Amino acid sequence: MSTSTETTGTRAPRAATAGRRKAAGGGPRRVRRLSRRDKIVLAVMVGVPTLIQLLLIWIPTLLSIFLSFMRWNGLSLADIKAAGLANYAYVFNDSPAFWPAVQHNILWLLFLAVVATPLGLLLAVLLDQQIRGSKIYQSVFFIPVMLSLALIGIIWQLFYQRDHGLLNFLLGTAGTPQAVDWFGDSSVNIWAAMVAATWRHAGYVMILYLAGLKGVDPSLKEAAALDGANATQTFFRIVFPAMAPINIVIVVITIIESLRAFDVVWVINKGTNGLELISALVITYLVGEGQSIGIGSAFAVILLVISLVPITIYLSRVFGKEKKP
Amino acid sequence: MSVTASTGRRLEDDGGARRGGSRPRYHYGTHIFLSVMAVMWLVPLGWALFTALRPKADTDKYGYFSVGGAFNFDNFVQAWTQGGFPHYFVNSLIITVPTILLVLLFSSMMAFAVSRVGWKFNITLLIMFTAGNLLPPQVLATPLFEMFKLLPLPYWFSDSGSLLNTYISVIAVNTAFQIGFCTFVLSNYMKALSTDLTEAALVDGAGIWRQYRSIIMPLCKPAIAALATLELIFIYNDYFWPLLLIQNGDRLPVTTAINNLQGTFLSNYNLLAAGATITVIPTLVVYLLLQRQFVAGLTLGSSKG
Repeated sequence: MSTSTETTGTRAPRAATAGRRKAAGGGPRRVRRLSRRDKIVLAVMVGVPTLIQLLLIWIPTLLSIFLSFMRWNGLSLADIKAAGLANYAYVFNDSPAFWPAVQHNILWLLFLAVVATPLGLLLAVLLDQQIRGSKIYQSVFFIPVMLSLALIGIIWQLFYQRDHGLLNFLLGTAGTPQAVDWFGDSSVNIWAAMVAATWRHAGYVMILYLAGLKGVDPSLKEAAALDGANATQTFFRIVFPAMAPINIVIVVITIIESLRAFDVVWVINKGTNGLELISALVITYLVGEGQSIGIGSAFAVILLVISLVPITIYLSRVFGKEKKP
Repeated sequence: MSVTASTGRRLEDDGGARRGGSRPRYHYGTHIFLSVMAVMWLVPLGWALFTALRPKADTDKYGYFSVGGAFNFDNFVQAWTQGGFPHYFVNSLIITVPTILLVLLFSSMMAFAVSRVGWKFNITLLIMFTAGNLLPPQVLATPLFEMFKLLPLPYWFSDSGSLLNTYISVIAVNTAFQIGFCTFVLSNYMKALSTDLTEAALVDGAGIWRQYRSIIMPLCKPAIAALATLELIFIYNDYFWPLLLIQNGDRLPVTTAINNLQGTFLSNYNLLAAGATITVIPTLVVYLLLQRQFVAGLTLGSSKG
């Protein structure tokens, strides 16, 4: 019985599919009929990745929120005690590292937004012209993008080192008492770390904008030139607005990179002594002596809440228009 | 088919120089600026390489800011053996290769399901996947660490009695994180493929798996190649998860292990520089051979709009 219905069942939709396809002219397509086997295959295709995502990303994220309201030393599940808002009270009022970390995260964001990202855009605009050696320049600026931030920390450590680093030599202070320990001195190390981060970020932005600039219709520029606009006007009034989709991506990447800044400062001094960042505080409280899981989780939740801003902007930008129809 | 052709062209364009009609212009100012920037860009790397090539005895004698003395690869040899690099590179390989394969397998299946089969939760799932990839890893580090620590495992499976200190923990977390990004990229790519392709297959009675395996996946080769290259660099460069999940120094991948060299080599900056340079080499190989794929992967993720 079931076999016969299935075979007739397959034929009918086929005819319907062909007919509808002609009528709709190949509009958005759905699979009209799925066999039981197809359904199982689909369930696996969707189920396994979704399970991985839930288990290793979203459940831990929810647990972070849960743990931020608890007091726990991380040893046994039975030791978890409710703490109310105590962890947050501690973070906001008593934690010596929290407000410096917030300041540093904001500074990091501003530095990337004001220095690194515009530098990347400038490089992209210059290299997008038909100049000789454009490929070579691109390759040079691109090298740091392929390096890990941890390695970047070490490479710049060699450059910044107090007695043997190149920078102090170039400044003429090497070996003198004025020599600055760029990564060690808490008054300058955040700036030194941000310069190292810029080394990578600018190249990344450059690559994305180079792709974006190639996507801009050349006739727009020609039309602007015919109307008497100079290069600067053409760029700011025509080209830059035409790259709106890429601009959003760059804004989001810049914000997220500044929240994710962790590797560089951890390599330098584990995020202490002038290099406090919220992300580093989470880990300090996790691996530290006190094992105050609750306080570390409160830092994680603060980081989460801030991160949701750029994530929401990005998602609404990317998926917003798909949801409407 | 026209869609695939145009996506293919976009991939090629990203790395290629443009040949164009307008008259040649001379950009002296631009060249000066770019040259200065390029030199500044190369200085930190050049300094590391320069230091690495000089024996410690010579830098002690002549100073680091000199060109006196010998230049050779002794530091590299010493760093390679003393630093335990062969071991760390193997660890990197053990972590990176399975992660890339798993990420591409899962994300291509997921992308296929959400982009080629219409059903209710497509967008919701895709949003969940994309958002997960954008979270700072530290947001979920603590619970993941505790989950892995408290999950008891038999000792024949893991000598730590838990998931901590295993390659599997790092592979699993990296896979989960990267699936989001790759699903997003691949689903956009698959959406751009003509619907007629799978319609025709459907008429021929091809099931979902055949459509995925024999029709869609072969057409996604450019995107898969780009993503594989990108993920290779991402996973190789991952510092954080092994730092958190692997305490046993013997199991660290090279990117996380080099941090320990600062302690091992103490204040021997020549050795440290050589170690850092060795770590760059795999990246450099990818850079030279697969730069186009890498750039294509980076821009694929952002060109949606």
